[in-house]
Amino acid sequence: MNKKGVFKDIIMKKSIFKKTIEIVIFVVFLFFLFTPLFSTIIWSVALVWYWPHTLPQKVGFDYWLQALGITKSLTLGAVNVVPAFLLSLGIAIIVVIITMAIAIPAGYALAKLKIPALLKGMILILFLLPRAFPQQPVFVNLMLMFNKIGLTGTVSGVILVHLVVGLVFAVWITASTFSSIPPELEEAARSVGASRLKAFLKVTLPLSAPGLIASSVFVFLTSMDEFTGTFFVGLPFVTTLPMTLYSASGSNIQFASVTAILLLIPSIFFMIVIQKFLKAEHLGGMGG
Amino acid sequence: MAILKVDNLSKNFGKVKAVQEVSFEATEGRVLSLLGPSGCGKTTTLRCIAGFENPDRGEIYLDDRKITPISPEKRGIGMVFQNYALWPHMTVYGNLAFGLQIRKVPKDEITKKIKKVLGMVQLEGYENRYPRQMSGGQQQRIAMARALVFEPEIMLLDEPLSNLDAQLREEMRFEFTELQKKLGITAVYVTHDQAEALVISDKIVILNQGKIVQSGTPKKIYSNPKNKFVAGFIAVTSFIDGRIDSFTEEKKKVIVKTDDGLVIHSFNNSFDIGQKVSVAMRMNVIKFIQDENKSDKNTVNIFKGKIIQSSYLGNTIDYKIRMGKWEIRTNAEAKYDFKLGEEVTFHLPPEDIIVTRES
Repeated sequence: MNKKGVFKDIIMKKSIFKKTIEIVIFVVFLFFLFTPLFSTIIWSVALVWYWPHTLPQKVGFDYWLQALGITKSLTLGAVNVVPAFLLSLGIAIIVVIITMAIAIPAGYALAKLKIPALLKGMILILFLLPRAFPQQPVFVNLMLMFNKIGLTGTVSGVILVHLVVGLVFAVWITASTFSSIPPELEEAARSVGASRLKAFLKVTLPLSAPGLIASSVFVFLTSMDEFTGTFFVGLPFVTTLPMTLYSASGSNIQFASVTAILLLIPSIFFMIVIQKFLKAEHLGGMGG
Repeated sequence: MAILKVDNLSKNFGKVKAVQEVSFEATEGRVLSLLGPSGCGKTTTLRCIAGFENPDRGEIYLDDRKITPISPEKRGIGMVFQNYALWPHMTVYGNLAFGLQIRKVPKDEITKKIKKVLGMVQLEGYENRYPRQMSGGQQQRIAMARALVFEPEIMLLDEPLSNLDAQLREEMRFEFTELQKKLGITAVYVTHDQAEALVISDKIVILNQGKIVQSGTPKKIYSNPKNKFVAGFIAVTSFIDGRIDSFTEEKKKVIVKTDDGLVIHSFNNSFDIGQKVSVAMRMNVIKFIQDENKSDKNTVNIFKGKIIQSSYLGNTIDYKIRMGKWEIRTNAEAKYDFKLGEEVTFHLPPEDIIVTRES
């Protein structure tokens, strides 16, 4: 009787112990996830903040107004970031359009052609190789090459850099998306009279939409955040938002925080949009 | 309504000879089944007819028109896939209308045709449902409706019922036959289920390893399986191997002798003396003899064996009997309550057993 009671106690304690560990890990995780974010938000509205105070002594939206070009900036390092933001946005949109125009047919071909898996793997690794090296040496060399053909300091040069970076992932994602569509669905379309193109447009494309949208968003965000390549190729005439963030982070933390939050906006926006869009509405229809 | 002719079709996948010199004809308004085990080439043959595979050799004719070089969408062939392949992002209406819209049929006619075909598969009013909202059997019927709605010349079916449970399969078999007869449409039906082929076919073509082994009406195949493979495939379950020893009754009958001295009488089927054969028998052919004195002393094919296995199935019992080096399975009424190890005497009526070629 006694033994049973003691045993029960140990088991109960064990699960409380386990639960505590789980909660601790979860809290630590949240801490690492959200503390930098909170810190950034606080910094963006801090006007005067000296150590050892835990919170800013003086808060205000001054730097926000300067960043958005609403008030003229007098502090060193704080500039109107709206032009840079719009440039980043514009470049990202163009990059997405060109990337998807290439990645959709390329991904479809990769998915449909009967290439041996080894060759497919090798092709993908070939594309990924530039990313495997330290980025600065890679892009410094790229800058030297672009300089020879007059692409440095131009928007086209920057777009090309973003294209190369984005294409790899885009083609990979589109190829994988198209592979996951059962070929019978296209064959069924052809059996009722649809040409290859029509079957693609009316059956494959709508069903691939979630994957293709995910791919576009990924390319968009990658382009918005791209720094190293843009830095080397874009200077001195092309200034994107990440470059502004870079210059600001040395001189003015509050301003850098504002810029960082501005850069976060597209990511958060897309997260919300995708979460609503990707509800599994289009699954089902295959028997068995 | 058309006649399909497949002439000397061959298709290899690398080293694998999936289809080898296959030729057959499907008659207008009739059902032709391609029957065989997995990997026998039946699906590849069907896909060649549909146009999804390009044969290496041979031609396919539809209505005397050579369709081998024509792409699938221009062949005018309706196809039902094994897992239905209904488009999940379209309603039933969308699925059925697709083929008609491509043919530029006016909208009100489309609605009419869809209503009609849904009536034929007993799914009236389902236009606005999505495939995921329907059961397997319903999806299968929509798949059939989709293949029929544009009134094709011929219909191809790739094991359409194999994903359904046994009872539903039997119901759908009957429904398919009814529908096919009502429309008078020609059909080529691929299946691995010999019972299914037996029920629905006007003609069966049996394939093994890419080659045609036997073709004919169900009755002809079942009463005269050409060789051991066919006999085994159509669920004849026990075999005794031996050689043709001699003829009797003016060559109408043969005597087969086995290595271990068994003597079996049966009917001749153009055999030669010394030819290797397999005596095949179905499950309910054995007649047990319980009182030896009652049987006619002149009866042939009386054997003794030992019960080595018995499975109770309710009304009947499955027995496995060992006779020399042979095992015979039989299904007998439960009144024969034999014990394991019991010695039994039984009669194999010569007219109920089939002698087939070994190969």
